[in-house]
Amino acid sequence: MELIINGESIQLPDSVKTVSDLLSHFRLNHKIAIVEVNLNIIQKQEYETTTLCNGDKVEIVHFVGGG
Amino acid sequence: MNERYSRQQLFAPIGKDGQEKISKKHVLLIGAGALGTGNAEALVRAGIGKLTIIDRDYVEWSNLQRQQLYSEEDAKERLPKAIAAKQRLEQINSDVTVAAIVGDATAQELETIVKEQHPNLLIDATDNFETRMIINDVSNKYRIPWIYGACVGSYGISYAFVPGKTPCLHCLLETVPVGGLTCDTAGIISPAVQMVVAYQVAEALKILVEDWQSLRNKLVSFDLWKNQHVAIRVDQVKKDDCPSCGTHPTYPYLSYDMQTKTAVLCGRNSVQIRPAAKREYDLRELAQLFSKQGLQVETNPYLVSVSLGEHRLVVFQDGRALVHGTKDIQEAKTLYYRYLG
Ligand SMILES: [Zn+2]
Repeated sequence: MELIINGESIQLPDSVKTVSDLLSHFRLNHKIAIVEVNLNIIQKQEYETTTLCNGDKVEIVHFVGGG
Repeated sequence: MNERYSRQQLFAPIGKDGQEKISKKHVLLIGAGALGTGNAEALVRAGIGKLTIIDRDYVEWSNLQRQQLYSEEDAKERLPKAIAAKQRLEQINSDVTVAAIVGDATAQELETIVKEQHPNLLIDATDNFETRMIINDVSNKYRIPWIYGACVGSYGISYAFVPGKTPCLHCLLETVPVGGLTCDTAGIISPAVQMVVAYQVAEALKILVEDWQSLRNKLVSFDLWKNQHVAIRVDQVKKDDCPSCGTHPTYPYLSYDMQTKTAVLCGRNSVQIRPAAKREYDLRELAQLFSKQGLQVETNPYLVSVSLGEHRLVVFQDGRALVHGTKDIQEAKTLYYRYLG
């Protein structure tokens, strides 16, 4: 599947089906992130049930603490 | 009136009126590290009325790569950052009143400053979420906007929180992130710092001139090495039952810190220990006490630094201490109690 992630076209393995899979793929699953799919923010409890489709526009912002 | 602010006044959204407003505003800056020094310099050059800086740390060599207000002399003297920043800022713009507080930004400390001095804006330049959640609660309780900023590696993130308008940090995070990347593990490059500072100061100027409509209203993040830039509208994340900004707020982070607190410091192989009750040390006496035990002691008016083999213990007047050479909180506590009781 191909997704537009943070403005870039990225090819993903077939194992990535949900938002939760996507975060694991980028090793962001243990971080606190805000995920937007096609301009809708996905609630955390919906990460596992929200499936992604070819061409979806995904924006991911993760929180960091340094300063 | 000299030409100092002429270019800023020529910028139409600020103008003479805006400059007048800026010159009467008080900003409370929490943290004087990389983001803190960047924000401080920009705001002081912009001519705000007063800047209050609170920071618990002192200047070290590893800071000089990106913490723009500090010099080698400051690092040699181990000057507290708040003091070193104040000295440099007063050279830059003597119109601005700069107040320095050497201490931890606890809930109690921040609430006291806000209640007594009514700052117009809080700027986050801390390195941990515990303090940010306190800032967030103070912001909501006293209805003062605050601007989040953080960076690690080549990545940065920022957002301006406005009570009653935007969601709050508690809405966005739900829980406080633990662990994760810090400057300790991932390092930091100065352009990432400068980019976050630019986002923070831009929103700060809009707030100070009261141009609320121009606020970005988006959570912004970037990675300067991966060449990415993201901005997300987060309005829909605001929660009515949020304990910090909801309809029945309890401000949970304002009541948490009545205990001995420890923190592993970002970018440093160090642990901070803050005793439950404030202590009042006579630093000269303390230095003598350590010398008598045959320990190597260095001191300045703000702190005592004592070498303990591969560790170094730095004690401030209020009993707060930094234990260098470890990330192990238990080990740090053991050393603290062994030498300070
Ligand atoms: Zn909230």
